[in-house]
Amino acid sequence: MPDTFQLEIVTPEKMVVRDSAEEVLIPGRDGYLAILPHHAPLITELGAGEINYRRDGQVYRFSVAWGFAEVLPDRVTVLAETVERAGEINVSRAQDDLRQAEESLRSANTEEASTTANAKIRRAQARIEVAQKR
Amino acid sequence: MANILDIRRRIRSVTNTRQITRAMKMVSAARLRRAQERALAARPYAQMLTNVLKSLVSRADVYDPVTGEALHPLLVHRPEKNVVLIVVSGDKGLAGAFNANILKAATRFLESKSGKNIEIEAVGRKGRDFLRRRFRSAEPRKADSSETSRTTLIGEQVGVLNKIDYALASGLAERVIERYTRAEIDSVYLVFNEFKSMIAQRLVVEQLLPIESIGAREIAQSKEMELEEKQRALEAAKGAGVSLRPADTREADERAATFATAQVDYIYEQPPRELFRALLPKYVGIQIFRALLESVAAEHAARMTAMESATSNASDMISSLTLAMNRVRQAKITKEIIEIVSGAAAL
Repeated sequence: MPDTFQLEIVTPEKMVVRDSAEEVLIPGRDGYLAILPHHAPLITELGAGEINYRRDGQVYRFSVAWGFAEVLPDRVTVLAETVERAGEINVSRAQDDLRQAEESLRSANTEEASTTANAKIRRAQARIEVAQKR
Repeated sequence: MANILDIRRRIRSVTNTRQITRAMKMVSAARLRRAQERALAARPYAQMLTNVLKSLVSRADVYDPVTGEALHPLLVHRPEKNVVLIVVSGDKGLAGAFNANILKAATRFLESKSGKNIEIEAVGRKGRDFLRRRFRSAEPRKADSSETSRTTLIGEQVGVLNKIDYALASGLAERVIERYTRAEIDSVYLVFNEFKSMIAQRLVVEQLLPIESIGAREIAQSKEMELEEKQRALEAAKGAGVSLRPADTREADERAATFATAQVDYIYEQPPRELFRALLPKYVGIQIFRALLESVAAEHAARMTAMESATSNASDMISSLTLAMNRVRQAKITKEIIEIVSGAAAL
């Protein structure tokens, strides 16, 4: 029996995941973090990307847009605004979003506008990537 | 004297009405249960977010150590000249005094802020319709506008209440946060019907911005349910099998309460101040989200109560009409007997 810890992924609408995991990968704002059991306590902001966790050799994937995570030796809690299971992602919508965001990036004339457009592009890309890996 | 046929027709019509109100009551009860579950599901996130923010406040130097001034734009107090009021009402009527009460509370609040420039954002069709009749619509005020002390309707969200998602709340939050940060507005309030359980509801005006202190809610005005309303809600709940007690949230709450409060030294991947900055706007969003969810639950509860009274009124009416009908019928029979008897006596 491999060492595990408790993983919870919570959104404003519901508790998405409440499971034990052997390893979890979370997209920290400054780069991906792989968390194993007995990790030192840590708090981080999440960027757009993929969360996945492993249990009994199975990998479960999710896309996340923005969030926040607390890591404790025996528990990892992720707060995120939108979390989608890999199987639930609507790829064609994500691609539409991506196109729209690229469009608005081209027409963006302020720094603010291009930052939001860039963030949108990253979110859409993350969703497409997660969906395709499945 | 009324005709038997007429009375019979009326009884039939009232019976039909009762069927409809009874069905509406059951539908509302089912929707209410769903709405309560959703409100419950939103709690862990809200609480965890609050916890993180609380623990960050102490580490992030949110206040200037010398002057005590807030360093985050959403905590800054300014003299209140431009106010935004978000009014959460229902999309549909037939919910007793639900919409009227909210609009009354909104009006009272507007009176208390008279002399200031007030912009209203309406959520829900009923509120929008009322406010649109009273105030003119306008574009949101620009920072350099010199116009003062007028009340305008700047936005509306209609037909969204039966499919509320977090995006709606966060969209509203982003708009006010942006304008607050640019100092176009000096405070934001929310009027809605708070819903803890069938018999624990109140109408509140909550201050959203500036944030006074995290985890504590700033209630500007509130009105509890009246005893009579409570009694009616109680009866309706009994009739529809809706639980009166707020659902048991202790376990979820306890778990949520431990989030980010462990007595350990966390490694902060980002500086606490940055984390705080990123999280505070989400706090506003979740507060709006919670208000919307509770308001929807309250609307269904109000409709359920109203339909319960309508159903019992219909039943009363049917029994009194039946009584009247029987009396008329009896009178007619008596009259006929008298006619026959006196006819026989005349022979």
